This record gives sequence, C-alpha cells and structure tokens, in this order.
Amino acid sequence: MRIKSLTLLVPLLVLLASSLGLAGEPEENIEYGVSEYATTFQDKTLKEHHKRPSTADHAEFEALKGPFSSGPEVTKACLGCHNKAGEQFARNKHWTWEYKHPVTGQQLGKKTLINGFCTNARGNEGMCAQCHAGYGWKGERFDFTALENIDCLVCHDSTGSYYKTPNSEGHEACSIMFEDKPPIEWAQVAQSVTLPSRNNCGKCHFFGGGGDNVKHGDLSSALFNPPKSLDVHMAADGLDFDCITCHVGEGHQWAGSRYQMTVFDEKGAGKPGMPRDTASCASCHGHKPHPRDNVTSLRLNRHAETLACETCHIPEFARGGVATVTRWDWRGAGKLKNGEGYKLKEYTQGDGEHRATYKSIKGDFQYGENLQPHYAWFDGAMRFTTQETVFDPSQGPVELNSFRGGADDGNSRIYPFKRMHTFQPYDKGNNTLVYMHLWGKDENAFWGNYDLQKAITAGMAEFDKPYSGEYGFVETYSYWPINHMVAPREQALACDECHAEQGRLQGIEGVYMPGTGASRMIDRMGLLMVFATLLGVLAHALLRLVSSRRRAH
Amino acid sequence: MALHKIQVFRIFERVWHWSQALLIFTLLFTGFAIRDLHRLIDFQTAVNLHTLAALLLLAIWIFATFWLFTTGQWRHFLPTRKNFVPVARFYIHGIFKGEHHPYTKTYRRKHNPLQALTYLLLKTVIFPAIWISGLLYLAISLGLFDTIPAPGVGLLADIHTIAAFAVLVFIILHVYLLTTGGSFVDHVRPMITGYDEADLTDEEYAYLKQDEPGKIQD
Repeated sequence: MRIKSLTLLVPLLVLLASSLGLAGEPEENIEYGVSEYATTFQDKTLKEHHKRPSTADHAEFEALKGPFSSGPEVTKACLGCHNKAGEQFARNKHWTWEYKHPVTGQQLGKKTLINGFCTNARGNEGMCAQCHAGYGWKGERFDFTALENIDCLVCHDSTGSYYKTPNSEGHEACSIMFEDKPPIEWAQVAQSVTLPSRNNCGKCHFFGGGGDNVKHGDLSSALFNPPKSLDVHMAADGLDFDCITCHVGEGHQWAGSRYQMTVFDEKGAGKPGMPRDTASCASCHGHKPHPRDNVTSLRLNRHAETLACETCHIPEFARGGVATVTRWDWRGAGKLKNGEGYKLKEYTQGDGEHRATYKSIKGDFQYGENLQPHYAWFDGAMRFTTQETVFDPSQGPVELNSFRGGADDGNSRIYPFKRMHTFQPYDKGNNTLVYMHLWGKDENAFWGNYDLQKAITAGMAEFDKPYSGEYGFVETYSYWPINHMVAPREQALACDECHAEQGRLQGIEGVYMPGTGASRMIDRMGLLMVFATLLGVLAHALLRLVSSRRRAH
Repeated sequence: MALHKIQVFRIFERVWHWSQALLIFTLLFTGFAIRDLHRLIDFQTAVNLHTLAALLLLAIWIFATFWLFTTGQWRHFLPTRKNFVPVARFYIHGIFKGEHHPYTKTYRRKHNPLQALTYLLLKTVIFPAIWISGLLYLAISLGLFDTIPAPGVGLLADIHTIAAFAVLVFIILHVYLLTTGGSFVDHVRPMITGYDEADLTDEEYAYLKQDEPGKIQD
C-alpha cells in the first residue's frame, strides 16, 4: 500500500516542480544576446517580379552605370532624370514620418506617436529608421530638405539583394545585426529599378512592431507568396496583386491610411475615368458588390450598408502560419541570465518557426493565430493618446487609439480590428506615456543596459518632456483595423456566425439582428400564449373525459 | 329541410387548405429558427426557406382571395348571431353533458358561427398583421426601401412574431376542435374528399339535383 502511494507521489512531485519552474526552462529554447535581425527578412521566399513592359530599360542609362559607393549617390542619379520625384517624395509619410490628422487636427506620425509595441521610434531612429525611406536618420538633427538622402532603392529595387541596416550602432550586444552582409552592388541594384512589388513594401510592412506580423495581424511574411485561401487577391495562382494594385496613386502619393481610413468610399467607386485613388474594396467592387440575381445576394448588399466588407470576408486574421503578438508585457523586461540578455522561444507557429515569448529587451509576449477580430462601429477617424495626453490609469486600460462611429452617422461601418493588449511603462507622477531611450551605445540605452529608469529619464529629457522621476506600468489597448488577407468567398462568414445568441457581433448597437435573441420578451410572451392554449385544451379534454366516464357509470 | 351528403369543399379549397397548412408549418419552423428558438437548421437555410414559403403562400392567397370574391364564397365568413349562443354554450357546457353539437352545416353556411368568426378574425387581423409586417421587413432586407432605424425593424419583427404565435394558437385550437362534436376523422374527411352532411332546403336540393348533380352524394 505504502509503495503504491509512493510510486504515485514521485511523478506528481516532479510534475509540480516542473510546473513551478524548478526544473528550469528547456535550454534549447534560450538564445543569448539581443539581436533582432540575425536573419534578415529578405531571406523569406521572394515572389518573382512581374515582367512589366516598360518604355525604358534602366540598365542602358549612362547615368546608372556607376560606379556608386553609397545610396545618396544613386539617389542623385535618379533625381537627375526624375526631377520632380524628390520634392514629391519629400511630402510623403514614408519620408516625413509626420501626419496632421484632417479631422481631429492631431499631430501624428511615427515621429511623434507612442505605440503598444517597442513604444517609440522617436529618439531611437538609429534602429527604427531602418524602415525610413531615407539614408542616415540617427536623431533629431536629420536634414529633411537634403533630397539626396531619400532612399529610392528600398521601394524600387527588384533584385532582392538590397538591404538596410540600423543607421547607428547600438550597444555591443547588438553588433551581430551588422555582420555577415554581402556589400550592396549599387550599380546593379540601381539598374534594376521598377515599380514597387510586394517584396519592397513587405520588408517593412510585414515586420512592423519588430518582427514578422507582430503589429498588424493581417500583414505578414505569409503574404510574400500566399495561397489563394490566405489572400484571394495576392495569390500567385490567382490574381497575383501587388500592394500597389490597390494602394494606387500618382506623384509619390498613394492611397491608404490608418489614421484617416476610407470606411465608406464615395470617391473611388465612380465610373471609369473618375478618380479612384483610394484603397477601398468599393473602388473595384462598388457599393453593391454581390451579384443581384438571388435573394441572398440582395440581402448581402443590404448588409454592405452596415458592415465593412472585411467584417465578413476576413473571417480570421494572422492566418497562413505566421502568428501575431496579442499581448506584450514590458513588466518583465530586463531579466538577465549569466549577466546577459536573452530570448526564450517557446511559441511555435503554424509554419514551424519558433517565436520569442520572452526578450530581455522587450518583456513577455503572447501570440495568436487564426484569430477572430474584435468588431466595432468605426467612422474612419482614429484618435490617439499621445505623449501629451494625461490619463487616469485607475479608470481601466488606456486606449492608445480610439474611434467613434454608429449606425446613424451614415458614414460608419461595423469594422474588424486586432485589439492589442499591452502593459507598458508610463510616468506615474504625471500620468502620461513616456518616450524611452532604447537604442544607442551610451549608458542610458535600455537595449544593452536594462535600466528602465535611465532609459525613460534620457528619453524624456531628449525632447524636453517633463518626467516626474517615477515610472510604473499602465495597461493599454490599441486597435489595428483588419483589411488584408481577404479569404475566398467560400470562406466568408456564414450567417449564423453573427445571427445567433452570443454571435460575433454581440453588443453592437444600432442594428436589428434576427437570431440573436434580441427581443426575448416577445418570444416568451408568445410561448406563454402557446402553453396557455395547450393547457386550456388539455383541461377541456380532461373535463370531457371525466364527465363522459361519470355519465357512463 | 333534410340532411344530404353534398360537396362542401371544392377541389380548389382543399388544395388551398392543405398547401396553406404545409406552408404555414414551414413558416413556423423556419421562423422559429430565425428567431433562434431552435437550431435544427442553419440561419441562412431558414431565411431562404422562410422567404420562399412566404412568397408561395402569398401567391396562393392572391388566388384564394380572387376565388372567394368571384364565387361569392366569402359570405360563409360573415359574422352572424344566429346559433352563436347555442354553439358557445355547447363548448363550455353541453359538451360535458354528452349533448350533440347544436350546429349542422347548411348550403349557405358551412361553418358554425364561432368558426366563422374565428376565420374572419384570422383573415382580417392576424393574417394582415403577419403579411404587412413580413412584406415590409422583406422589402427592407432586400433593399427595396431605404433602411429604417433598427428599432423600427425590430418592431416589425416583433409584430410578425406575435402574429405567428397567434397563428400557432389558432392551429392548436383548430386541431383540438376537430375532436369535438363528432370524431376527428369525420371532421378531417370533408377536407380530403370534399363531401359532408348538410341541411338542405327542398329548393336547394332541387336546384343541385337539376344543375349540379355531381355535388350530391346521397
């Protein structure tokens, strides 16, 4: 008896110990150092470039023969012929990182905003401006009027061999990011230029937030070469769209903004020849997108007056085997192993890749794949909590961006979002968000020194922002509209995903949705009526039976 | 006056009755699915079947209304005080005493006064309520009208649902009453064969004998 209970007890103890972490983390999941881009994103499957018939072969131009030894030299050659491109691009968000919101008047852009991921590019340009379409932005002193610093190649290279590295060196632990790169063949790249393909856009936009699909949830490396089931428009065996097939524009200004979204497109859905520089579904599919030959389609067209197309046609995001970060917790950042920063890769995503669940430089992460979006009425205008906004953390999570919308403004649609959940540093004394100094070789940079207090103090001081001297962690939500990864029509939401009690649109106001148990009072009254009738009939029948028995006696 | 077995329900009425019954059952079943009172079929199938059944029933109704008014059969549904009290008294009293049903069909009155009143209410209150709310709702959902605010649509749906429950109550009573004043089978048979006993005046009998001999089955 005693032996039996012992044999049971030992494995139980082991199980308990391992669940408490006493057995330690499996060693193979740990990776030392803080490098973010040991393998560059360009190693991902490249989609072959469209062979566009062009009126010019750049390989034959004298001006592009070179030799070139730097990016700005190439840019000067480009601007020598494209003499308006420089000033056009100088107004583009990809260059300015600034955006003045036309509705709210807020000053936005990457130069200003604080997000729920690495928090701020501002002050960390040495690292973050790898995705700035320019050369050499290291800090505040970057000259935005020097047009030769525009990076033409990052968007127009078609060889796939062009790359960018951080503009300044960080802490020595980050040095790996500069190693093992073959030198860029400037002339060859310059002669290859063409219209941007998804390889160009994707190398930044698929990796927003510091890694594959970390930020958006609907933009990942899976879109480099997606099957039809992942993206009906971009599939190589389907329509094979590039990003600019929808994000159309002229003169280096193109459609599509997450600050001011086109939720109801009145402009792009016009007749041929009318302006359609919008990136909306309606600009191709119109406002009555379903064929008008059956009653279901007529009903669906009515739905299009209430719902964004994406709501039904992107049933889940983070599909295709690449996960998105759903929760980012800075509270645990800065832990060391053997005196060194490290990563723990304990999430294995659909395509087999291991993703970091902990990074000393960033904290803890949770991932999700094939996720159901969060739905809400949205009028297109995003409002932001900036560094200047004072909030009250006791009132629950702070919304880094928020929006309005409703059934009656004629402009809103019920829209899908990825809702990002973050615990991030804030100024406990002033109740504001903080700029953190993450990147640099100095002693204040968090990525290498692991001291949040120093990082915040330096980050705020650099921009003359008041800092009380005491930081805490605030819970935040941010909302990322879901527009990409449109599924084939067979995968669109079935009616009873929403038309059911506890359906997807539970809690959405201003619409009548049959099947959701909307007016249960009426149903109960009706059922009561039916039961009362049945009871009455039963009583009547019983009385007849009893009385006929009595008569028979 | 004498009892004769005559045709009380013509073929049109019988087809009308049974196709209407089938469609109403379909409508109740699918309607309750749309209302999420059961999940025996999925929402989309329920909506499409409900729409189809409603449009079919509407077509039958257009024919029936035309038929009722052109043949003069609508008079059977006029309310009458004659025999009303005895019939009502029978259901609440006489039926327990083993009395016989006080009403016999006549050539001009194939329904007893309670029946006639019930059918009249059905045709003038419940069915119009269900048709008007349902057709408005359908038109809105198909985009034939500009959309109206959600509470308006919800109200239409509620009216429609209440009327549907009223129809179900009618069906329960309708079926139960077939067991009263005679056997269930005796009451269902005329709606299948068309023939039932009716009290005919000598003149009516002579007329039928002369002009429509097929209607008498003595």
